[in-house]
Amino acid sequence: MNFFFEVLIGGLLSGVMYALVALGFVMIYKASGVFNFAQGAMVYLAALAVVGCMEMGAPLWLAVILAFAIMTLFGIATEKFVLRKLVNQPPIALFMATIGLAFFIEGLAPLLFGSQPRALDLGIVDEPIAWVLDNWNMVISKFDLVAAAVASLLVATLALFFQYTRVGRALRAVADDHQAALSIGIPLQHIWAIVWGVAGFVALVAGMMWGARNGVQFALTFTALKALPVLILGGFTSVPGAIVGGLIIGASEKLAEIYIPPVLQDLFGGSFGGIEGWFPYVLALLFLLVRPEGLFGEKHIDRV
Amino acid sequence: MLYREAGQFKTSYTADQQLFPIRQDRIGVLVLLAIAFLGVPLFASDYWFSAILIPFLIFSLAALGLNILTGYAGQLSLGSAAFMAVGAYAAYNFQLRIEGIPILVSFACGGLCAALVGVLFGLPSLRIKGFYLAVATLAAQFFIVWCLTKFPWLSNNSSSGVISTQQLIILGHELKTPLEKYLLVLAIVVVLALAAKNLVRSATGRAWMAVRDMDVAASVIGIKLLPTKLLAFAISSFYCGVAGALYAFCYLGSVEPDGFSLDMSFKILFMIIIGGVGSIMGSFLGAAFILLLPIFLDVALPFLAGLFGLPFSSATVSHIQILLFGALIMFFLIVEPHGLARLWQIGKEKLRLWPFPH
Repeated sequence: MNFFFEVLIGGLLSGVMYALVALGFVMIYKASGVFNFAQGAMVYLAALAVVGCMEMGAPLWLAVILAFAIMTLFGIATEKFVLRKLVNQPPIALFMATIGLAFFIEGLAPLLFGSQPRALDLGIVDEPIAWVLDNWNMVISKFDLVAAAVASLLVATLALFFQYTRVGRALRAVADDHQAALSIGIPLQHIWAIVWGVAGFVALVAGMMWGARNGVQFALTFTALKALPVLILGGFTSVPGAIVGGLIIGASEKLAEIYIPPVLQDLFGGSFGGIEGWFPYVLALLFLLVRPEGLFGEKHIDRV
Repeated sequence: MLYREAGQFKTSYTADQQLFPIRQDRIGVLVLLAIAFLGVPLFASDYWFSAILIPFLIFSLAALGLNILTGYAGQLSLGSAAFMAVGAYAAYNFQLRIEGIPILVSFACGGLCAALVGVLFGLPSLRIKGFYLAVATLAAQFFIVWCLTKFPWLSNNSSSGVISTQQLIILGHELKTPLEKYLLVLAIVVVLALAAKNLVRSATGRAWMAVRDMDVAASVIGIKLLPTKLLAFAISSFYCGVAGALYAFCYLGSVEPDGFSLDMSFKILFMIIIGGVGSIMGSFLGAAFILLLPIFLDVALPFLAGLFGLPFSSATVSHIQILLFGALIMFFLIVEPHGLARLWQIGKEKLRLWPFPH
């Protein structure tokens, strides 16, 4: 039972990391209805920018600020040169454009900052907490706990930002109805630029956490693929959905990785590792059959 | 074009509903086929066949399959490479396990297996659409590749799922040279492309387009959504499956599941975006473009770098390649969402009036 809880908690904590990436998707989808496939590439770009600036001699805090500036500029440029030109196109066209954007970033980022894998040291050690290990005999990483704390802090900040600031209110209005928002004088294009800036910030936080954990390398772009089932499960439009979805996906994939392969092995023989790769997707797919709009998503009504 | 349809009167419905109603178009297609079947073999070298022409035809077929699903029926799929993998592995297993089965039959069976799997993963399309469906097809991509790697029976117990395909024997004759393989691929692609061109203007094709444009409206006018969407998934996966079988048997000769990666699915998606969503010819144009661009860049970039005296590594070239792919996708979606096929059409209309446009 102890082992079960250890896996469960490890899964929940890694789920927080997925939720961190998923948040970026939700931000942009809520405000502009664009499903931004490039979020994973943005995570990569942000992490590379931090590491790249540090290599040029900047201290960590300065590198983070510089990376944030780069991400904001990049977000604004994306909005101006790509998305604004695609207004009124079907959502699927926008989605495909963000796939193009993802490739663009994946080519651009290593050109700017170099492609060799590098370590990012945030000063947090990735080792089990001794106290938990002694008392409950469970391995729980300190790093994961910090990541969870950062994610909760980020969510709280975003929630406050959305709820209590003028810009946040405008963002919610735009998310509700573009035209109504325009008609009461909310500048749509500024709002979109801000949203992309915020998404860049979320990508930066996610990139630093993931980069510190796994090293800054091309594989960071795959974090987006981890975040997609989280989104489906939680619903594209809900910040709490991203968190809850992340936790469910994280926990269930780790449990599946431990408990399903032995069953398969008994049935077919051979080894069946790597279930993590597809399990979240199949889980999300099955879930969609029951609830097509996700856990917290808005119900979609079609009119002819 | 430089010709008009003037003077070609249709006196029967059959004549009016031909695949190519204009005589010059018919001649043009025949000439094109003659060049492909007779002209190219006279001039092309083995390198051309095995490195450019065969993959071009195979990817055109896969793009055609995806175009049926995405361009005509409006269901975005990110799992085309996985369906190709199903086709390749199924064809391999039919060859392996059934004594004396003709190679073409096992290609077709590979396609049918892919169609079955496609229908299975298409089932959610009735409940979900748009991005949700696109993400759901990713499930197919990851799950199928994982299955092929992990179940040793599927790859005849070879390590990490690598298969080496059997000999290509047709009517007792073994196809060994690139030229023979090229002719085989060409024949299959031509037949399937003509079938697709016929299919999309039939009642089925019109039903697909109605579903694409708005599925609620389509169901209101009496189109049954489930069979229509599933048929699109089945036929699209069949095309991808056959393309996968050809990819394994005629192009590479030995494939592994990880070769059919998500990147390949994206590549096929890019082909139809650049070539033209909802166009048979666009699939071919897009495949040619996506396959030739890297070759062109491999040659052009070092040359340009040499011109300006910049140091260029092969890694830089590959990064620039990815960057350009992305930029081109965005460029095409913004400037010409209907791709190269639409550009060709515009050119044709302009030429009709040329040289006196007013």
